[in-house]
Amino acid sequence: MTLQQQNISDNNFESCIKCTICTVYCPVTAVNPDYPGPKQAGPDGERYRLKKPLFYDEALKYCLNCKRCEVACPNDVRIGDIIQSARIKYAKSRPSLRDTMLANTDFVGSMASTFAPLVNFTLGLRPVKYLMDATMGIDEHRTFPKYSSTRFETWYRRKAADTQAKFDRQVAYFHGCYVNYNFPQLGRDFIKVFNAIGIGVQLLGKEKCCGVAKIANRCIKEATRDAELNLRSIREAVGNGLDVMLTSSTCCFTIRDEYPHLLHLDNADVRDHISLAMRTLYRLVDEGKAKLVFRKDFHKRVAYHVPCHMEKLGWGIYSSTLMKMIPGLDFVHLDPHCCGIAGTYGFKKEYYDYSQGIGRPLFDQILESKVDSVATDCETCKWQIEMSTGVPVENPISLIAQALDVEATMKANGVTVPPVAD
Amino acid sequence: MENTKDYDVIIIGGGATGAGTARDCAMRGLRTILIERLDFTAGATGRNHGLLHSGARYAHTDPESAAECIKENMILKRIARHCIEETGGLFVSLPEDGLDYHAAFIEDCRKSGIQAEELDPAEALRIEPSVNPAIIGAVKVPDGSIDPFRLTTANVMAARMNGADILTYQEVIGFLREGTRITGVRLRSHRDGSESEIRGKVTINAAGIWGHHIAQLAGVDINMYPAKGSLLIFGHRINHMVLNRCRKPGDADILVPGDTICVIGTTSTRIPYDEIDNMEVTPAEVDLLLREGTKLSPAMAWTRILRAYAGVRPLVADDSDPTGRSISRGIVCLDHAKRDGLEGFITITGGKLMTYRLMAQEATDMACAKLGVSRKCETAEVPLPGSENTDDDRRRRAHIIELSTEQKAAEERHGSLTGRIASNDDAEDALVCECEQVSVGEVNFAIEELHVHNLVNLRRRTRMGMGTCQGELCACRAAGLLERHEKCARRTLNDLASFLDERWHGMYPVCWGETLVEIQFTSWLYEGVCGLDTDTASPSGPEQPLH
Repeated sequence: MTLQQQNISDNNFESCIKCTICTVYCPVTAVNPDYPGPKQAGPDGERYRLKKPLFYDEALKYCLNCKRCEVACPNDVRIGDIIQSARIKYAKSRPSLRDTMLANTDFVGSMASTFAPLVNFTLGLRPVKYLMDATMGIDEHRTFPKYSSTRFETWYRRKAADTQAKFDRQVAYFHGCYVNYNFPQLGRDFIKVFNAIGIGVQLLGKEKCCGVAKIANRCIKEATRDAELNLRSIREAVGNGLDVMLTSSTCCFTIRDEYPHLLHLDNADVRDHISLAMRTLYRLVDEGKAKLVFRKDFHKRVAYHVPCHMEKLGWGIYSSTLMKMIPGLDFVHLDPHCCGIAGTYGFKKEYYDYSQGIGRPLFDQILESKVDSVATDCETCKWQIEMSTGVPVENPISLIAQALDVEATMKANGVTVPPVAD
Repeated sequence: MENTKDYDVIIIGGGATGAGTARDCAMRGLRTILIERLDFTAGATGRNHGLLHSGARYAHTDPESAAECIKENMILKRIARHCIEETGGLFVSLPEDGLDYHAAFIEDCRKSGIQAEELDPAEALRIEPSVNPAIIGAVKVPDGSIDPFRLTTANVMAARMNGADILTYQEVIGFLREGTRITGVRLRSHRDGSESEIRGKVTINAAGIWGHHIAQLAGVDINMYPAKGSLLIFGHRINHMVLNRCRKPGDADILVPGDTICVIGTTSTRIPYDEIDNMEVTPAEVDLLLREGTKLSPAMAWTRILRAYAGVRPLVADDSDPTGRSISRGIVCLDHAKRDGLEGFITITGGKLMTYRLMAQEATDMACAKLGVSRKCETAEVPLPGSENTDDDRRRRAHIIELSTEQKAAEERHGSLTGRIASNDDAEDALVCECEQVSVGEVNFAIEELHVHNLVNLRRRTRMGMGTCQGELCACRAAGLLERHEKCARRTLNDLASFLDERWHGMYPVCWGETLVEIQFTSWLYEGVCGLDTDTASPSGPEQPLH
C-alpha cells in the first residue's frame, strides 16, 4: 500500500484534469481559430510529443507566452512553460533574420542609440515602414519605440554614480534594454524615488538583455549565455548584500521564473533577492521603513493595466496600492486583458492582426475611461497601448516620481544626501 | 429476424482469432458468418499487453512457440503495418537476476531464429533512457507493440469485404444437430432478447476461454483453466522500446509502449471459471505490478496511472495427459469428429495474440478439408485494410508535417483508411476526444463503417475515452453524435451512464492522486452539472444489452 501512497505524478503536465479553464482565459484562442488553445497545445499535446516528436504542431507558434493559462489553472500546471519548451525542443524552422534582429535587443539597441536621431527619423518614414513590411515581415502599421541618444548607463556614470555612493542603504538595479537604449527617464525616476527615501542605487557589474525576446524567438543558446552572465552579476550584487531591483515586470519575471523553467538555470539562491521596485517600495512603506509625501498640486486621472507577466507574478496589487496612495491620482482599474503585443510578437506581420484583436477590449476600455494617462509596469504594453489608443503610458514608478514631494519625503525619511541634478 | 442463408462456416468469437478465421474463410471463398456475444475484442484480445512478441520471451522455455512468434512477427509487420509499431525491445538483467539466464538467452534466441544483439548496459541506457540504470546486461530483440483493437477490426473489415456476414451482440445458446453432426447455432440477441437460428456446414469455436462453455453446449469437453493477468496503464509513454526482464517469465516483467500510453504487466493467478466475466484488480496486484515494474523503469514510481485491467488466458488441458492436469503448449486445433465423434465442429484455442493468424489458418485449413475446398491460405501475403500501400496513403505521409495533430493521430489509427474520414469543415474537424485527438469526422466514420452501436464500441475503434480524462469531456459529445445515428435518446443516456461506469471501474484500483481528482471532477460534471444520476439513467453494465 505504501507504494500506492508514494506514486504521485512528478510530471507537471499530468496534473491537468482537463477542466479547460485555461483555454477560456487564453487571449489567442479568442481571436485565432488556428491555435489549438493552451490545454491542447500544452498538457494534451505533450503526451503526443512524448509518443513521437512528429506530433509537434507548428501552430504552437501562435502562443503569446502571456501565462494567463497558468494564472487560470487550478492545478498549477505550467501550461505556458510546456508550450514554450515544446517550441524550443521540436520546432523545425530556424529563427529568421527578422526574428534574430528582434531578439537581439542589446545589439540593435546599442547600434540604434548611437545614431538615435537618424534611426528615429528613418523608422518613422512611411516608405521605410512599407519596405520593412515587404522585405522583413515587420508590420507596416507598427510604431517603433524611439531610441535615446544618451544611454542610461552613460547618464548614470556621468551624473548619478557619485551621489549614490553617499547612501548608507543600497540596492542594485537591473535596468534592462528599454531603460538603457530607449527611455532612460524611467531609470532616473526610479533613482529619484529611491534616493528620496534614503536608498542608493548601484548598477550591476555587467548586464545583458534579460533574454525574453531571445527565448520567444528561440535563440536559446544566446539567451542562455546572456542569462548566465546576468546571474553572475546578480550573485555578485547579492553577495555584497544588495537586493536587485527592476522596473520592468517582464525582465523581472524572466529572470525569476523563465531562467529555471525554460533555460534550466538554477537561480534558487538569488531568486528571493530579485524584485520589482514597486514591490520593494510597497513593502518598505507598509513596514513603516519608508515614508512617501506627495505634492498637493498633482492631479491626474490614470488607468492601471496589469501586464500579463505581472498577473503571473501576482504583484499588480503593489503598483495599484501605491498609486492609490497619491492623493491627486484618480485611479481607474482596467479589466484583466492582454494588450496583445507580447514583446516582439506584435511586431511580426503574420501576427499583427491577432495582436490588435487581442488588445481590442483593453483599448476600448481605455478610450472609454477618458484618462490622462495609462500606467503599466511593462514597456512593450506601453508601446502597444500608446500606438493603439494614442493615450500616453507611464510606468507606475514614474507616476510616483512625478507626484512625489522630494524635499518633504527626504525630510520624513531623514535623508540628507542632495538629490541627483536633473 | 430469420437468417435463412446456408453458410459454409459459422465462427463463434469476435476476438483476434475469430476475426482472423472469418477473414481467412471468406478469402478462401467460403460463405462465412462471424458471431460475437458482445463486441469485438471484448475478451482476452482487448485485455493484454499489446506486445508484438519477437518470440524471445519464449526462446528458453518453449522454442516452438518462439519460432512461431518470430515468423508471425515478420508477417504482421508486412500485413498489419498500421496496427504495429516497430519499437524494438530490450531484455535487461538486474543485479538480482544475475547473468546466467542472460547468457543462455542469447543462444536460445539464435536457435529460434530471433535476432538478438547483446548491448553494453551504458549503450542500452543511451537508446532507452527510461530503463533502470542499475542494469548489468541488455539484449536487443525485434519486439514491438501491436494494437489488438485495430488488428481485430481490420480482420473483421477484411472478412466483410470478402463477403462474410458479421453479427455482434448475439450469444450462442445452443446448437442445431442432425445425428452426430452440428448443423448450426441457436442465438439470443443481447439487444432485445429475441432468439434465432443460423445454419452452417462447419462451426468453429474460437471463443477463447468462453470456448469451454461453447464446447459444453455442443456436448464435448475441453478442459480450460482461466488464468487471470492484471495490468496497469500509465498516462504517457515512459519508454520507447519494449522492456523485458531477462529472467524466467514472472510477474510484472514487461513494459510495453502502446499508442500514447504504456502498459506494465502481468500478474498470473488461476481463477474459478465462474469469475471470468467479473474480474477485479486487487490492491495486492497493483502493489506487485508497481514494485516489480519500478525495477524495470524507475520513472513508473512518479508517473500517473490511468487505470488497471485484467484479462484471462485460456490454459488448455493437454489431451495426451489422461489426468487432465498438464497444460498444452502452443496452438490447439481440435477436430471434434476425430476426437469426440462430433461432425462439423472445430475448436481453435491456446496460442496467443501473436499467432492469431496462424491459428486462423489452421482452423480454416481444417474447415476447408471438411468442405472439400482446396484454395490456399493467402492471409500472410495480402495486407489488411488500413495497411495497403495506396497512392492516397503515400500522399498523406509525404505531407504529414502539415497535418494537424488529430489528422496525424487518425493516420496512425486507421492507416490507409484515413482518407475516408470526412474533414471538410470546422464542424467535422472539431474534436470529440481531446486527449486522444478523435475528431467528429473520425467518430462518424467509425459509426458508419466499423460496427459501432454504443460508446464502448466507439472507444475500441477510435481510442475515444482512452486518454488521460477517461471520458470526462468526450463521453457526452460522443453520445450526442451516436444519438443522431441510433435515434433513441433514452438508450443513449443509459449507454452514457454505462460507459462512465466502465471507465470508473478501471480507475478504481488506482484511484489516488491525480486520478482521484480527475474522477471526482468527472462526477461533478456528469452528476452535478448534467444531472446524470440513477433517476435519469440506468447503467446496464459495460458489455450488457443496450436496452
